[in-house]
Amino acid sequence: MKKISCENLSKLYSEIASLQELYLPVKESGVTNYKKYENGAEVDIKTLKTVKSAKDFFFPQTEDMMEFKVNGKNIEINDARKVANPFVIFGVRACDLKSFDILDKVFLQEPVDTMYKAKREASTIITLACNNPEQTCFCKTFGIDASNPAGDISAIIVNGEMLFEAKTEKGAELLNKLTCLEDAGDTDADAERAEIVKKSENLPFANLNLDEFKGENLMKLFDRPEWAELSKACLGCGTCTFVCPTCQCFDIRDFITNEGVRRFRCWDSCMYSEFTKMAAENPRKTQLQRYRQRFMHKLVYFPQNNDGVYGCVGCGRCVQKCPQNLNIIKVIKKLGGKNND
Amino acid sequence: MQKLNELALEKAKTLLANGTVARVLGWKKGELGYDLEPAVFYSESDLEGFIYNAFSGANLSKYLIEESKKEGKVLVFLKPCDSYSFNQLVKEHRIVKENVYTVGIECQGKLDVKKLKEKGIEIVDGVIENVDDVTVISLGKEYNFVKEEVLLGKCSVCEKHLLSYDEVISLHDKRTPKLDRFEIVKKLEAMTADERYAFWKGELSKCIRCNACRNVCPACNCLKCVFDNDASGIASKANSDSFEEKLFHIIRAFHVAGRCTDCGECSRVCPQAIPLHLLNRKFISDINRLYGEFQAGEDDVTKGPLTAYTTGDAEPSEVFGGNK
Repeated sequence: MKKISCENLSKLYSEIASLQELYLPVKESGVTNYKKYENGAEVDIKTLKTVKSAKDFFFPQTEDMMEFKVNGKNIEINDARKVANPFVIFGVRACDLKSFDILDKVFLQEPVDTMYKAKREASTIITLACNNPEQTCFCKTFGIDASNPAGDISAIIVNGEMLFEAKTEKGAELLNKLTCLEDAGDTDADAERAEIVKKSENLPFANLNLDEFKGENLMKLFDRPEWAELSKACLGCGTCTFVCPTCQCFDIRDFITNEGVRRFRCWDSCMYSEFTKMAAENPRKTQLQRYRQRFMHKLVYFPQNNDGVYGCVGCGRCVQKCPQNLNIIKVIKKLGGKNND
Repeated sequence: MQKLNELALEKAKTLLANGTVARVLGWKKGELGYDLEPAVFYSESDLEGFIYNAFSGANLSKYLIEESKKEGKVLVFLKPCDSYSFNQLVKEHRIVKENVYTVGIECQGKLDVKKLKEKGIEIVDGVIENVDDVTVISLGKEYNFVKEEVLLGKCSVCEKHLLSYDEVISLHDKRTPKLDRFEIVKKLEAMTADERYAFWKGELSKCIRCNACRNVCPACNCLKCVFDNDASGIASKANSDSFEEKLFHIIRAFHVAGRCTDCGECSRVCPQAIPLHLLNRKFISDINRLYGEFQAGEDDVTKGPLTAYTTGDAEPSEVFGGNK
């Protein structure tokens, strides 16, 4: 294990940034999001929930796929995918780390999504334990331990010092290059981790009951009358889907440029009215249907198709950000099973 | 203030029981004490979830576009600001007024959960609300704040008053805001063009195009937004550059100019905390200068200055200089 005093973290950031591109939570115009590190950036590792999640690194909101250039009767097709240079993400929380596993299940199964895979392989992930999980955090419900995320390097703050432990070869390689770190000696994080586990355990939504959410209950859940009440206030905006670390739906569109056509993909949202629009019909005409889809996907369809792994990591971003305070906790409490009150 | 909740609840129960209304549009309790959601209540037992308190910030009027077209009357509780939106929507023939029973309800400003969180409050067990200060009870501790510290942006400058309703529930005079809503517009106007560009670039570059501002906005009530219409050729879900969103927001602000009541919902709901209302407020300020003081939604009949031509209308050059 290695360590650095929290007062000297800017030295660490500078040193990592001198080796590879470094991305970390930065406060700008009043909100905290992952940004590329630059000298003088207001790094904010206190905020647990960046507005946008860390999924952006592998699955950005928009990315170019290919370009078509028209020249007389010829169409030239060019690969517009960007080369992914090695980069480091610092400060990834346990929930967001788990979201990468969920996204992997979607993008790395055959046929492999090459754009996602390239970025995934180019990354070195430094996680950070949550010393103070918040009331809106419920990662524990999904079996996630906020005190001990892995990644390539795991970090935790103990008594004003940040401790680092390599979890993969890639992590060890980076850690060994960092001269600003000193040997942690006999400092250990066990007591702090135990404290975090205790705090997580006492959060109001730490132990939501998910018993009802299983494949055999699919139709029963689908037909529950409570969806009307649950979705009533839904504005049909895309906030929940865009701040969600596990939402992975995208659209592929063409953009007409001066020289031809650029084909790109961009996030889409099942909350949007046109999401399921097809040539003949739009099968989800009401917001109730769209709202139901989002939660059925995360809590029933996804686990049914992925060995029981839920499509939610309990980060609580939707709880904080829904304009009208609708969220997955309310859905779980209403439909998840007994003892949720 | 707690009395207001009891009175509102009583009113809802009575009007449901005597058949005046078939349902009630109000706010429903959440899981964290502050996460109220707009809801429709159909029965006395439904109303167990009803609450009106310092977190009833959401503007309910837009829900009436749908609710007022259903069978039977709907009771709605309107805060002063909500009622301006209500009037504007009636004026635009989007709400069927005859199907709505309006109860105006006193409001001394609603709290901003984000501001409370910055002060260390993550969960709310209770609120004791006074006209000028508020005590929030959280995890066994009491926190007292002067209102200005913790009010939603839209509430800290609110000058709106209770308009005409079928009934009114009000126990105190409305607090007078300590801030002028146009101060911030003046600050922006005083910036150089480069400074202003930098300000808006910093803010609008955060936009994730979730459309929360558009979808919550009572003035954005087109049946189908042009940005959702594939056939329009401009439906887009992606930016061609990091600052393209400026156009979306500026176009939207133009579209609602003269109809925007300054209800502030756009900024309340923005997940990236973009002060979108400032665009609208700049337009309101300009309209006031060009055509005389005008408040959209003050009543439900008057034509707005941008929809009515009079020979006395000012040329912009008369106010701002430049060529005609």
